[in-house]
Amino acid sequence: MATLTYRDALNVALREEMARDDRVFLMGEEVAEYDGAYKVSRGLLKEFGPKRVVDTPIAELGFAGIGVGAAMVGLRPVIEMMTWNFALLAIDQIVNSAAKMRYMSGGQVGVPIVFRGPGGAALQLGAQHSQAFESYYAHIPGLKVIAPATPADAKGLLKAAIRDEDPVVFIEGEMLYNLKGEVPDGDHVTPIGKADIKRAGKDVTIICHSKTVAPSLKAAEALAAEGVDAEVIDLRTIRPLDVDTILESVARTNRCVVAEEGWPFAGVGAQVVDTIQREAFDALDAPILRVTGADVPMPYNKVLERAAKVDAAKIQDAAKKVLYL
Amino acid sequence: MTATARSTKAPDAATQALHRSYLRQMMLIRRFEEKAGEAYSLGKIGGFCHLYIGQEAVAVGVMAALRPDDHVISAYREHGHALARGLTSRAVMAELFGKATGSSAGKGGSMHIFDAAAGFLGGHGIVGSHIPLAAGVAFAHKYRGGDQLCVCFFGEAAANIGAFHETLNMASLWDLPAIFIVENNGYGMGTAVSRAAAVTNLSVRGNAYDMPAEQVDGQNVLTVREAMDRAVTRARAESKPTLLEIKTYRYVGHSMSDAAHGTYRTKDEVDEYRRRDPIAVLADLMKAGGYWDDGRHDALVTEVQAEVEDAVTFADASPDPDPSALYTDVYAPEGR
Ligand SMILES: Cc1ncc(C[n+]2csc(CCOP(=O)(O)OP(=O)(O)O)c2C)c(N)n1
Ligand SMILES: [Mg+2]
Repeated sequence: MATLTYRDALNVALREEMARDDRVFLMGEEVAEYDGAYKVSRGLLKEFGPKRVVDTPIAELGFAGIGVGAAMVGLRPVIEMMTWNFALLAIDQIVNSAAKMRYMSGGQVGVPIVFRGPGGAALQLGAQHSQAFESYYAHIPGLKVIAPATPADAKGLLKAAIRDEDPVVFIEGEMLYNLKGEVPDGDHVTPIGKADIKRAGKDVTIICHSKTVAPSLKAAEALAAEGVDAEVIDLRTIRPLDVDTILESVARTNRCVVAEEGWPFAGVGAQVVDTIQREAFDALDAPILRVTGADVPMPYNKVLERAAKVDAAKIQDAAKKVLYL
Repeated sequence: MTATARSTKAPDAATQALHRSYLRQMMLIRRFEEKAGEAYSLGKIGGFCHLYIGQEAVAVGVMAALRPDDHVISAYREHGHALARGLTSRAVMAELFGKATGSSAGKGGSMHIFDAAAGFLGGHGIVGSHIPLAAGVAFAHKYRGGDQLCVCFFGEAAANIGAFHETLNMASLWDLPAIFIVENNGYGMGTAVSRAAAVTNLSVRGNAYDMPAEQVDGQNVLTVREAMDRAVTRARAESKPTLLEIKTYRYVGHSMSDAAHGTYRTKDEVDEYRRRDPIAVLADLMKAGGYWDDGRHDALVTEVQAEVEDAVTFADASPDPDPSALYTDVYAPEGR
């Protein structure tokens, strides 16, 4: 175990996978000579050279497609999006090319590729740079969607994503890069599609992922002080969703809150709620509540921005409501 | 026109055989497409179906220059490309019919023909979106250090989309062994090239990316082959991309749902182009050389007709995919 930042955990995962498999290469804007816009790729150019750490022009659609093409004939591209906001220019390649290839070729051509980069809001970056896109990609059959919350999961899941045979959308938390945590050494691979109970509890289940995990844990601590024992489930993978872990928890707690950074309409939580009402209707003692980002483009103003974002107090309030406290 | 095309002297036996094989492939594609049109009208083929009639020399001339370990990627007007690359008439027709025996097991359809073993990587329906894929395949070839290349077919209207420009820039910047084939058939659906492109000589777009480019007569298969040979040499020996604008014409409507002429072009125009038919151009040249005649031509017509009939019979008799196929091939099978 070493204490690493989330950023360095991702860096270690990339380094280990590139050392392990020479089909793996990293491509994106500023990944090589600049050492990464967010320094996730720091040192990789020096270690692996320009053939495997490739700086691109600002052409998201083009280099996403080049990654897909390379994956179609057996390479293992990791395509860095400087942020997921810019990946909208490449969404055609992610959705129409990567996600469809295996199916429309009748199983002949797979696309083992990872699209990764920071998602979600940072601080006061305004409407175009503050967006959580998990639900966009989770909507698409053929894609896997991962959004880790801790350094250990960042390493383990990135390694799993790179080894996966299918296209993976890997959304990092821009505000999580400096988060420190214990990270297992060596070949730590976390299975895709498995949620993690970050805090066990019996009174209410709080389901979250990525940037809402820390505030959910904080809310759980505050609830504990009020005599409420909350369970916090970190989805880690959005698609495929770990339905078993969710249902097993709700069967014990009978109450549930779903927190996510994204917008409410057709969000990740909407899918979670749909699953629970269908599969565990009788277990519920209260309607499920969702805590989401405000249903607006992100404002620049600091006070308005804070109001738009999910925080521990909002999650705590929702948990008390489903407990009728 | 090139010296070869004008020559009336008979070439050597190997060349004669090559010409016969080009002719056969073009005639097969022609007959296949006519038959596909009929089958579409009978409801045996569904969805969008874009025929290649008139453009046969492009597919045949391009493929003739390739090796089996090269890759080919195309758009939705790709039946002819698939056949010229060596997919069987049966596999392609069965795919159009949506059958389990089709080249994509009935899950792709007319626009998504794949054969990984033949290096035929689709069949793509979003205009221009497969252009970067071709550069990615070429990137992989270069990464691994072989001398394979990737050919990408697209229409002239696709040359106006961003993906084209982003890809040509990176392909040239990184010296990728890719050959970009603009099949300029004059129209994107009903929009003439002059109404869509500020500069109608599309080959000059290579200049913007320092990429060698040529305009090529696409009705003469030999001219196409010669231009391809230059591009292939550049790709293999220098790992450099090429842009070929191959001028051609589609005799039929954009897809099965529109007429050959009427709103955006005249019957006279279509007739004018039909007078330089790629099959006739080659057959006449062979006749002038004394190694082709009407008897042999008629025999070949009969031969390709039989092959296409057999493909239709096969497709008709083939089963639909098993209902369980609905949920397979979305992700890799477990444990891989
Ligand atoms: C991005 C996109 N926009 C629009 C369409 C609809 N569409 C299909 S084919 C076509 C015309 C393309 O013409 P061209 O590239 O010249 O190829 P051709 O059909 O002539 O072979 C259009 C507009 C599409 N499939 N994809
Ligand atoms: Mg066209």
